[in-house]
Amino acid sequence: MNIWIYARNLTLGLWIVFKRTFTKPVTVQYPEERPYLPPRWRGRIVLTRDPDGEERCVACYLCAAACPVDCIALQAADDPTAQDRRYPEFFRINFSRCIYCGMCEEACPTNAIQLTPDFEQSEYARRNLVYEKEDLLISGTGKYPDYNFYRVAGVKTRDKDKGQAENELPPVDVRSLMP
Amino acid sequence: MIDWSHTALTIGVILGGALTLAGLLIWVERRLLGIWQERYGPNRLGPGGCLQSLADMIKIFTKEDWIPPFADKAVFVITPAIVVITALMSFAVVPIAPSFVVSDLNMGVLFFLAMSSLAAYSVIIGGWASNSKFAFLGSLRAIAQLLSYEVFMGLSLMGAVLLAGSFNLSDIVDAQQQVWFVVPQFLGFLGFFMAGLAEAHRTPFDMPEAEAELVAGYHSEYSGMKFGMFFVGEYLSVILLSAMTVILFFGGWHGPWLPPVVWFVLKMSAFIVLIILIRATWPRFRFDQLLSFGWKVVMPLALINLLVTGGVVLWKAG
Amino acid sequence: MEILFYIAAAVTVLATLRVITHVHAVHALLYLVVALIALALIFYLLGAQFAAALEIIIYGGAIMVLFIFVVMLLGPLAVEQERTWLKPGAWVGPGILALVLLGEVGYLIAIGDHLPITVSETRQKGVSIALYGPYIIGVELASMLLLPGLIGAYHLGRRVSKESR
Repeated sequence: MNIWIYARNLTLGLWIVFKRTFTKPVTVQYPEERPYLPPRWRGRIVLTRDPDGEERCVACYLCAAACPVDCIALQAADDPTAQDRRYPEFFRINFSRCIYCGMCEEACPTNAIQLTPDFEQSEYARRNLVYEKEDLLISGTGKYPDYNFYRVAGVKTRDKDKGQAENELPPVDVRSLMP
Repeated sequence: MIDWSHTALTIGVILGGALTLAGLLIWVERRLLGIWQERYGPNRLGPGGCLQSLADMIKIFTKEDWIPPFADKAVFVITPAIVVITALMSFAVVPIAPSFVVSDLNMGVLFFLAMSSLAAYSVIIGGWASNSKFAFLGSLRAIAQLLSYEVFMGLSLMGAVLLAGSFNLSDIVDAQQQVWFVVPQFLGFLGFFMAGLAEAHRTPFDMPEAEAELVAGYHSEYSGMKFGMFFVGEYLSVILLSAMTVILFFGGWHGPWLPPVVWFVLKMSAFIVLIILIRATWPRFRFDQLLSFGWKVVMPLALINLLVTGGVVLWKAG
Repeated sequence: MEILFYIAAAVTVLATLRVITHVHAVHALLYLVVALIALALIFYLLGAQFAAALEIIIYGGAIMVLFIFVVMLLGPLAVEQERTWLKPGAWVGPGILALVLLGEVGYLIAIGDHLPITVSETRQKGVSIALYGPYIIGVELASMLLLPGLIGAYHLGRRVSKESR
């Protein structure tokens, strides 16, 4: 008879739900219990410095171009004190638009822009979610402690000439016939 | 002569107890639902979160009490009062322990039925006075549902009345000293409990306020304390349903060792928990299923139950 | 106890007055519900507990709910119509008839010989025995009358399938 099957199933459902009384909830009680965030968690965006303490960002606009929601705005400027080094005059990320996709980090040629495992960015005013360069810039090197773009790039800076970078041969003298 | 101080004390205890329990249920229900869904539920305020109802109350009192400009104002305002008043009036005939009852009416069962039938007005005119389509749809559903299930409620508890030979609730409890009426009246109990769930519009019979379909049904337009009254009224009717089930079918205050009040409260709490468990488990009926279930299953069962019980009572009487 | 009776009676009379003078149909019906509840209270005070309960369960709880259900569907258009119907001139005839009744009541009060309000409790058992004893034919006739109503409602409300049309 169908009705017995219905009755059995209804009571069985009640029993199964009732058994949940004795199981441990899966909830993580957030402010007291912190969830584990892996180091590569994509959270708040920071601008890092190289091991020498200089800004890594060279204002190449690749992050702004890669950003799918166009939340990054910056403007390049030349540093008058350090010849041939470029740096952003301003660097602005609108976190109310950011979707934390990490495209900027992947696009960055100098590992300057990095996503960190921090998601606690709530603000009462939406305007406070617009981060300027001084909010973004940290004093450390982030995920790549030894990397310094200018030390491996073959450009001339105030510290080094061409050919003096790491793993770089001296420049070929094109006017000479010697190998 | 009526002993006024005793009556006043009883009224105070029952009124205070019912309202406190209703307030507490707001928290208990959310907590239990949480536990059964492998969550915690509200557990922040006070030990285990038991002050959550207080916080809810403060919130709901300080909210803007908005009356929609398109509503029928007078009717709109009195409706929430009807919910709470009819539910609280029914508690007047609920015997908690021997002689611990506000009014030991000779027609206690009928009084309970009368109050539950008046409670239908709150739903109906509340939805009508809101003058919004979701509220109106909710109240249309509520009319069909409440009218149908009132019939089954009355019919299915008549078996217990027949066995006890009285409409007086205290007499009915006293008639269950040997055996609880749930044993000879199992069909009656099922019918009464289901009809009660429908009267209190709890899952699986909560079509009038089906939040998945009708926003909030008949109380869509209510806010602030008026909504709070509907809320408290619903919990009051849950408590009332549990209390009446215990009185009519589960021997009221009878039980070994413990004092009568404790037994009554224990049994009542078990039923409240069962109602919440049902909410956590069963899905909502479809509306046509609800009505055909009522008229084609519950109604014949209640009638057969009544017929058989009446026959047995007559046969025993000789 | 008598003061309760007079309060209930006053409520009944006032509510009934509002029933016939109110232009809004739903409001009028709600006043009718109040009148029925007050009437139930009067029954109770006179000792007819069973009648009081049935008054609320059947008239207050079931029949009036259905009335309101139907009237609710009328919508606001009916209010204007009602207003045109409720002209002062329409009150003359009923007013005269009511005056005749009032005169009769006044006469009865004037000649005295009225019993004081007595409370005698009628048990529902007595009502039931009366219903299923001497009045059994009336009960059976009423139920036979209700049965065609039920079948008729079912016939009107049944869904006509495409083949049978």
